[in-house]
Amino acid sequence: MPKDSGIGAPSKRREDVRFLTGAGNYTDDINVHGQAYVHFLRSDVAHGTINSINTDAAAAMSGVIRIFTGVDFEGVGGLPCGWQVTDRFGEAMQEPGHPVLAQGKVRHVGDPIAAIVADSLEEARNAAEAIELDITELPAVVDMKAALEDGATKVHDDLTSNLCYDWGFVEDNRDAVDDAIKNAAHVTTLELVNQRLVANPMEPRVAVGDYSRANDESTLYTTSQNPHVIRLLMGAFVLGIPEHKLRVVAPDVGGGFGTKIFHYAEEAFCTFAAKACNRPVKWTASRSEAFMSDAHGRDHVTKIELALDVDNNFTALRTETYANMGAYLSTFAPSVPTWLHGTLMAGNYKTPLIYVNVKAVFTNTVPVDAYRGAGRPEATFQLERVVDKAARELGVDPIALRRQNFITEFPYATPVAVEYDTGDYEATMVKLEEIADISGFAARRAESEKHGKLRGFGVNCYIEACGIAPSNLVGQLGARAGLYDAATVRVNATGSISVMVGAHSHGQGHETSFPQVVAEMLGIDEGMIDIVHGDSSKIPFGMGTYGSRSIAVCGSAMVRATEKIIAKAKKIAAHLLEAAEADIELKDGQFSVAGTDKSVAWGDVTLAAYVPHNYPLEDIEPGLEETAFYDPANFTYPAGAYACEVEVDPETGQVTVDRFVAADDFGNIINPMIVSGQVHGGLAQGIGQALLENCAYDENGQLLSASYMDYAMPRADDVPFYEVDHSAQTPCTHNPLGVKGCGEAGAIGSPPTIINAVIDALHSGGYDVTHIDMPASPSRVWAAMNAVK
Amino acid sequence: MYAFDFERPTTLADAVAALSKDEAQALGGGQTLIPTLKQRLASPSALVSLTGIADMKGICTSDDGALCIGGGTTHATVAREAADSFPALSDLAGNIGDPAVRNRGTIGGSLANNDPAACYPSAALATAATLVTNSRSIGADDYFQGMFTTALEEGEIVTEVRFPIPEKAAYMKFEQPASRFAMVGVFMAKYTDGVRVAVTGASEEGVFRWTEAETALSANFSGDSLSGVSLSGEGMITDLHGSGDYRAHLVGVMTRRAVAAAR
Ligand SMILES: Cc1cc2nc3c(=O)[nH]c(=O)nc-3n(C[C@H](O)[C@H](O)[C@H](O)COP(=O)(O)OP(=O)(O)OC[C@H]3O[C@@H](n4cnc5c(N)ncnc54)[C@H](O)[C@@H]3O)c2cc1C
Repeated sequence: MPKDSGIGAPSKRREDVRFLTGAGNYTDDINVHGQAYVHFLRSDVAHGTINSINTDAAAAMSGVIRIFTGVDFEGVGGLPCGWQVTDRFGEAMQEPGHPVLAQGKVRHVGDPIAAIVADSLEEARNAAEAIELDITELPAVVDMKAALEDGATKVHDDLTSNLCYDWGFVEDNRDAVDDAIKNAAHVTTLELVNQRLVANPMEPRVAVGDYSRANDESTLYTTSQNPHVIRLLMGAFVLGIPEHKLRVVAPDVGGGFGTKIFHYAEEAFCTFAAKACNRPVKWTASRSEAFMSDAHGRDHVTKIELALDVDNNFTALRTETYANMGAYLSTFAPSVPTWLHGTLMAGNYKTPLIYVNVKAVFTNTVPVDAYRGAGRPEATFQLERVVDKAARELGVDPIALRRQNFITEFPYATPVAVEYDTGDYEATMVKLEEIADISGFAARRAESEKHGKLRGFGVNCYIEACGIAPSNLVGQLGARAGLYDAATVRVNATGSISVMVGAHSHGQGHETSFPQVVAEMLGIDEGMIDIVHGDSSKIPFGMGTYGSRSIAVCGSAMVRATEKIIAKAKKIAAHLLEAAEADIELKDGQFSVAGTDKSVAWGDVTLAAYVPHNYPLEDIEPGLEETAFYDPANFTYPAGAYACEVEVDPETGQVTVDRFVAADDFGNIINPMIVSGQVHGGLAQGIGQALLENCAYDENGQLLSASYMDYAMPRADDVPFYEVDHSAQTPCTHNPLGVKGCGEAGAIGSPPTIINAVIDALHSGGYDVTHIDMPASPSRVWAAMNAVK
Repeated sequence: MYAFDFERPTTLADAVAALSKDEAQALGGGQTLIPTLKQRLASPSALVSLTGIADMKGICTSDDGALCIGGGTTHATVAREAADSFPALSDLAGNIGDPAVRNRGTIGGSLANNDPAACYPSAALATAATLVTNSRSIGADDYFQGMFTTALEEGEIVTEVRFPIPEKAAYMKFEQPASRFAMVGVFMAKYTDGVRVAVTGASEEGVFRWTEAETALSANFSGDSLSGVSLSGEGMITDLHGSGDYRAHLVGVMTRRAVAAAR
């Protein structure tokens, strides 16, 4: 029987009532009295010199309050980058400026040139059309390898080249890896592209800036995954507003997937302009604007080589990756292809020698940053594709080859600097084999063939580093921020509780799962507990939600704060029960004296804390409110094994995903229903990457997939009914809940599973195709089949 | 969206009069035109909604057995009401866009717009349908004149479309993965005097008849008869979603499937 409340219960998501009945309060629902609207005039060329911007006619138009250009922002900082990578030679990465509004040059289609603040959005748009722009178009840099050639046009004239950094990891392993590959019994090589994606949260980005002359205080309402990070970055680095004069609110947020982590120009603009115009200023992105201004994801071009000995043991791995940064460095962009990617290249395998080389490149495209999985999907995709290719070349079973190379002893220090605290890859593989019904595959394949279809089976393992992250470690790696989190547990007089958390829920269901933990610890009803998040004026300075960190990091802070509450409450109970504190036990919301029938209820203790008539005031303060900050000792390492079956229509190249099985190890589970939901969503996005999504530029830097007419999002009929399991559990060893995080797994593990299955299907039809780049769209599959016919 | 005047006449005569004004434009279901206006890609002085004209809505069968569909009839209505009389057309209408699109978008709007990836043009051309306007009747072979181009004059309204009902027909649509418009759509219609095959989505010239396939199928109505015929990728659309060669190949596959599925 599943529990019906507390840790492990599939409690229904309480927030869904408001989301599904239209009662949510999203940023665009916020309208401040007297608000004006801003429209951004954006570059329609990928690269150009701004000769002049004439706003005279536009400024005189009806409703226009003020028009801003880059000149107005010369006195403030640019958008900061939150991570500094050190290259192979010990030098800091090249870090270009990132002005709020373009200064001197435009560097990608969508780069904001001018901002028109007007009484209405229509008037702002009308005025934008009257701005006279004189821009000399320059050649656009789009292809990463071409961008690094001598004499290539530079995206930033003040940098020495378009190379942001050339990173080697672990640089000291380089020669040993080269030797091992040279001397290997077998080497499998694969060149592939991990294509650029657009995150496409359902809610586009919105920002509302408000300024109070009464107390010189600025407020920004924004679609953010981390309001405190925005307050820090924007206040300290861009606008120079001290924290106590700046409030950042991220109310209900309709999906983020990483792209709402970063500090964007529009946020700084609305905050700045609200003060400059003495009017609240609102911006709501259109979907077209989202395509050309939300940070994109992925965009790696990789060569990977896997060396094996005569017994098929992996002996060395070498990768060379070109990672697109786009035109500017988005907030965490440099960390994605390096510390979130190179460190994961060991995967689930005990490959002793690994060398990862990453060249990060500036191009005239939208900046690229973290998108669901961030670096880890790129690592998993190349590793699991090369392992699959090796199995095919060697004629061995792909599951057996993986199994033979599994890491089996923990803790395990990889050759790429991380230490897996725990795991059991065999256990998830066994679960997968059970559910996937591998023995029935041959019959299913025969059935497909009867209908003229090719059926393929694909398998995949993944490991990820979540619960981001130990601050001292990431500090050494170049992070310019701490990555702890914080929670305040405020117990009210009648025993109800508000928990103020630094994590931010934008679809994850924190409002349901976080109270489950506190309810379990105190033995009280979940309904007595609410969480408060998303408002820097209400919550402690936590770092927000990304990297599957909420329950592992912020949840741990909440546990620590609740432990402090329990400790204090026991003192109060001991006083009320006239017993020794050491004898007090808390169970089912009752404090009792061990071995007696004397007890006092939770609510009586909390009331005593606020009405301290009979209270040990000489020992403890009244009130019952505690805060804890938690900084993890290590990352957490969720892992799992995935399998899928696809059908390929050999006449059209169309791929249909027929079955998908996911066996994950997320450690302990707070709410299994929410965990399944997170996996489902991740799988849908992974299937989207594998088969549908493609953010493409032409050679002039024009965005070809600039709307849903050309950017294919996965829809309900593109995905099968998933079979997900998370019963194989190796609890995390270093956080109090033993949890690992589950938000990104599905998006990390599924793309290679699908492509492995497509390749398997094609082979069954006699098509000797070794690789298809994502998305494996019908035309690409057909072309690949034709090429080997 | 730029500002415009809005009119919703209830008779065809009033609509024609309203459309005679400079820069006035007809509004059907708005499923193409409204997004265009929102993106500020068009700036009509007035929109003349055709949705108030009762005479332009509905489906009936004429004395000569043709299925007559009012120009203001929505895709959803066609999907529902043509299901028995002309199932291939009903299938086509029922797979356009999503329910919201089907409940607003109209056959007249689709044919007037003549998007190279739209579905209806292939049905009209494959059945040699007659497009009736406020001033004349136009045969489908004369009506379609290339991407987004038709024989319609400024202000002319498609009031009705008359489809000769075939013995057997099928529409096979291979969806473009993102928009789910036709990447290739083949409408195959078999009449006593021969077979007509019209292709949408594929060509840079818009909807076209595949005459080689028509000849082969008219001689021998089976998929095998197509084994000798194929299209060249030249002149076919090449884009992010596939090459001209791929589209040409799909035309063959979809035509064979249409023959197999015809009813
Ligand atoms: C999400 C989405 C998906 C879609 N998918 C498909 C698809 O798969 N297949 C497909 O074929 N279409 C598809 N469409 C297009 C849809 O079928 C439109 O409804 C159709 O193309 C236009 O019809 P409308 O009545 O909406 O015309 P409007 O948008 O109102 O008008 C379009 C043009 O036709 C003119 N016009 C309208 N009615 C008449 C008339 N009676 N006489 C003369 N001129 C007229 C207008 O002035 C305008 O120039 C899709 C649209 C959307 C938004």
